[in-house]
Amino acid sequence: MSDLFADHPRDAATYHELFDASGKVRPHWRPMFDFLRRFTPAQLRQRQALLTRQIQENGVTYNVYADPDGADRPWELDLLPNIIPAEEWQQLAEGVAQRATLLNAVLADVYGPQRLLAEGLLPTDLVFGHSNFLWPCRGIEPPGGTWLHVYAVDLARAPDGRWWVTADRTQAPSGAGYALENRQFVSRAFPDLYRDLRVQYVAGYFHTLRETLAREAPSDGETPLVVLLTPGRFNETYFEHLYLARQLGYPLVEGSDLTVRDATVYLKTLGGLKRVHALLRRLDDDYCDPLELRTDSALGVPGLLDAVREGRVLVANALGSGVLESPGLPGFLPAISRKLFGEELLLPSIASWWCGEPPVLQEVLKKLPQLMIRSAYPARHFDPLFGPDLDAKQRAALAERLRQRPYAYVGLERPQLSRAPMWEGERGKLEARPIGMRVFAVASADGYRVMPGGLTRVAGHANAEMLSMQRGGASKDTWVLGGRHAASEPWQWVRPLGVADIVRSDPYLPSRVVENLYWFGRYSERCEEGARLLRIMLAGYVDNGNDPQAQQAALAVAEGLGLLPAPSCDCDLEGRLRRAVLGKDWPSSLRNNLQYLHMAAASVRGKLSQQNWQALLELQRAAHCLENEEADLGELLDFLDSQLVSMAALSGFVLDDMTRDHGWLFLLIGCRIERLQFLAESIAGFLRGRAVHDQSALTWLLELGNSSITYRTRYLATAQLIPVLDLLLLDEQNPHAVLYQLHVLRSSLRRLGESFEMAPGPDLQAMHDRLAAFDLGRLEYNPFAYPDNPAAPNELADLLCEVAAETGRLSDHLGLRFFVHVDASQRTQSR
Amino acid sequence: MTSAHYRIVHATCYRYSAPVSLAKQLAHLWPRDCPWQRCRSRELHVGPPPTWRIDDLDAFGNPLTRLAFECPHHELEVRARLQVEVLPRPAFDLADSPAWEQVCLGLAYSGRPLDAEQLEAARFRFDSPYVLLEQSFAAYADDCFVAGRPLLLAVQALMEKIFREFTFDAAATQVATPLEQVLEERRGVCQDFAHLMLACLRSRGLAARYVSGYLLTQPPPGQPRLIGADASHAWISVYCPRQGWVDFDPTNNMRPALEHITLAWGRDFADVSPLRGVILGGGSHDPEVSVTVMPLAEAERHAL
Repeated sequence: MSDLFADHPRDAATYHELFDASGKVRPHWRPMFDFLRRFTPAQLRQRQALLTRQIQENGVTYNVYADPDGADRPWELDLLPNIIPAEEWQQLAEGVAQRATLLNAVLADVYGPQRLLAEGLLPTDLVFGHSNFLWPCRGIEPPGGTWLHVYAVDLARAPDGRWWVTADRTQAPSGAGYALENRQFVSRAFPDLYRDLRVQYVAGYFHTLRETLAREAPSDGETPLVVLLTPGRFNETYFEHLYLARQLGYPLVEGSDLTVRDATVYLKTLGGLKRVHALLRRLDDDYCDPLELRTDSALGVPGLLDAVREGRVLVANALGSGVLESPGLPGFLPAISRKLFGEELLLPSIASWWCGEPPVLQEVLKKLPQLMIRSAYPARHFDPLFGPDLDAKQRAALAERLRQRPYAYVGLERPQLSRAPMWEGERGKLEARPIGMRVFAVASADGYRVMPGGLTRVAGHANAEMLSMQRGGASKDTWVLGGRHAASEPWQWVRPLGVADIVRSDPYLPSRVVENLYWFGRYSERCEEGARLLRIMLAGYVDNGNDPQAQQAALAVAEGLGLLPAPSCDCDLEGRLRRAVLGKDWPSSLRNNLQYLHMAAASVRGKLSQQNWQALLELQRAAHCLENEEADLGELLDFLDSQLVSMAALSGFVLDDMTRDHGWLFLLIGCRIERLQFLAESIAGFLRGRAVHDQSALTWLLELGNSSITYRTRYLATAQLIPVLDLLLLDEQNPHAVLYQLHVLRSSLRRLGESFEMAPGPDLQAMHDRLAAFDLGRLEYNPFAYPDNPAAPNELADLLCEVAAETGRLSDHLGLRFFVHVDASQRTQSR
Repeated sequence: MTSAHYRIVHATCYRYSAPVSLAKQLAHLWPRDCPWQRCRSRELHVGPPPTWRIDDLDAFGNPLTRLAFECPHHELEVRARLQVEVLPRPAFDLADSPAWEQVCLGLAYSGRPLDAEQLEAARFRFDSPYVLLEQSFAAYADDCFVAGRPLLLAVQALMEKIFREFTFDAAATQVATPLEQVLEERRGVCQDFAHLMLACLRSRGLAARYVSGYLLTQPPPGQPRLIGADASHAWISVYCPRQGWVDFDPTNNMRPALEHITLAWGRDFADVSPLRGVILGGGSHDPEVSVTVMPLAEAERHAL
């Protein structure tokens, strides 16, 4: 028998999810308990490791604001679920649904007749003083009278076993996607138990959400297009946005992907504007429309409110619903519930004292040493203060604050948290940690439906008194036992798809995503070519002048391309090379290009496979490591080698993993344009130099064109000008030859032209023909004419420069045709 | 005292360095109706013609014009031409107002029902985008709000204090300059002084709103009035249960009367800025604003 539970506390002062007050295992925990007792710590460790690996492989992350080590922290999920019996859940769910209904009615009132305010049932302070009360939304009635499409409530369990509400989430509740994701992993960790315990499915929640948005969206007879609006990849729950968008089948868009014309919202896609009928938003209320709401927001959609006002689009949750997120509100809900519905609230809220009433303020001042003080307005950055933690002086200062502006503060009883066992892998034992639950409700045609399950949050350590994912907590799956409804679906609900549903390409690909794919292609190629040239120069430098002429030629080419800083008196060659690799202040350093690559990739993360993303992170990480220490030249060379390997892997993923849709086509075009420009310019630079017949120089030119092996197998000889140029310029079978790039570009553009109307652009065919017609024989070695007569090499160089310039024009041409409306908007104001 | 008649022309012009492909503008350029003011005529010329225009009232009851431009343009001109009659307001004694503490207490939540006027006043007691309440504002006004002083006398004392201690300096601030900085540097323009006075009043729990409008200015003696040399003006209005809303102009240390023309009111400048918008493209741009406020008789001589 294992002693996994030996240290588990069994005190009666705290509610333990696992043990009752007498120390006996609660009946609904019994099967799990018996199951776990058969495990050794090593076995549990192994299961948790498997779980953690799955999480990493799936790229589940949670961004932490202000974390210098970058966003993307892996999501913390405990192996053990939080288990709730069916009958207990039934009561909870009724309470949550009742509360959602009530809060929806409060929103209808404050944005409508404001009777609750006039009758004194709700203080104006809590509404008009709240920055999420949006005056421009007053009088707008959303479709179906639904303000709250989704609602989440945070619950904590007191020692007496009752669940208490600690907070309402009414604006854009997060966590439902993580709940689904948690379910996916934990159900796999205990497949038999999961089946035998008949754990209720959570996926119906998402199904209902889809139904509700489709039903209530003003579709004017069209099939409604619903999009998920995200503030972008810097948001703490961006992963969830990606995940939800995939699960719900909604395009994931940013504010700049949408435009409002004639009071109608459109998605900017490659194929033009597509009308959007509903927005599921994860963007805060006041950021949604920079025209009428927060003018300093760059995240929203200018004019969105016009479309909402005209009833042309549904926004879920309705704009301004965040006004209900105040710790001052719950105290007024019981009376409002009695007034509006004649009902008592089924779920209690933790005791709160809103200081806006003079007698209440006096009470709070008296109880200050026991209470927690919070701002009534979440936008005011006021960290909660705990009375017991303050000394007399601090308490006096706080009291003065409360007296000055009493209505802005709320005194709260500290929530008491129950404890649930969590697997502590490092210590090899189970630890009783404080937990709370976030439970979700969604509006449906017949009232609110509550997800049977939810996100259980676990405090960062055993004695914590607050739960916060921002402050290093973890999460658990929530298992509601007893009886699956016949109608409910497995965790990934399945809608039967027929032939009519077959989709071969994404019709709602936002132009911004395509533009970023294009730049992703360009920067990945730019990094690869740059790394290759830097590698050649560094190797030459380390070999210390085996062939100074060849090295000089390489440096000249790199300078001409802007990849190497010009010589200067305060910087020797080694310094210049270092700067070209890692210099923050050198605009085209490899480090900076990697950063641009990363930025482009991050904006299209939804289109990249997980392996693809991992490969990118790896690249970034390696550069980051080198920066922090003075790397010697050997390490720099190693770094460049590994970069080239990673780059090759990345190109492999792109070639193999991505579907050949328009996004992929643009990525490919981006790669080809970049490679064509690079090759044309570097070979032109080479031809103008003095090393055209230098064997080592020709060897590095082959390496630069990634064609050494082909050359060697074909010629079994050292590098010579004519065959090298043929291979790098004219050989249409060589994927690194100039003509090959022109060829692929032409066919890609033709494919693009089949789907989109395009004005004729730069004439690639003419370039192709002129280059193909160039007689390399004119460059043959002639000891009498050359090197004194460089006419032929210069002519070829000129032609290559023309090719490069024409390629640049092609890039502009594509930008003007496809991405011009991706332009950033700006605000104007006259005083 | 008889009424005053004015011609007002308020023109805003943007010249963009790059074409603007899409623009939306909100204009608060038509005066609202109020008991002491009648708008005799109002025109709004917009060029290029907007693709979408709606004349509406905003949430505070001010006329609001919503404009959208969906064709590329290099220039935008919005020009309001108004004829307004300002009537004398009834005179009363400022001392005949309740003690300020009593007013604060009356405005605080008590669970009692609120009448329409109280509900209206409640809109103007809290934080707003440009007026974030801080302790320092209450402290600044402490010596004006001596115990038991009638509200309107205290407000007048505050107006005088701001007028006395602050320097008008158009270069000192911009629209986004934080109020705390204004308080610290003691410089600014009419909007800053209005915002500051609102902050001082609201941080005590009083209800006060921002009024945007125009002021008739007098040219230096012997010189003609210049066309386009005026500017938008701003002052505040405080709620007093007995007298209703009473205006104070901290920039000029006066109570608005026949020379103040009211355009709109809201919680602060953000609610009623004359013209604000979002454009796509445009490059760099600075608006050219010209305002002319002229007695009607004089304007007719100038054919304005």
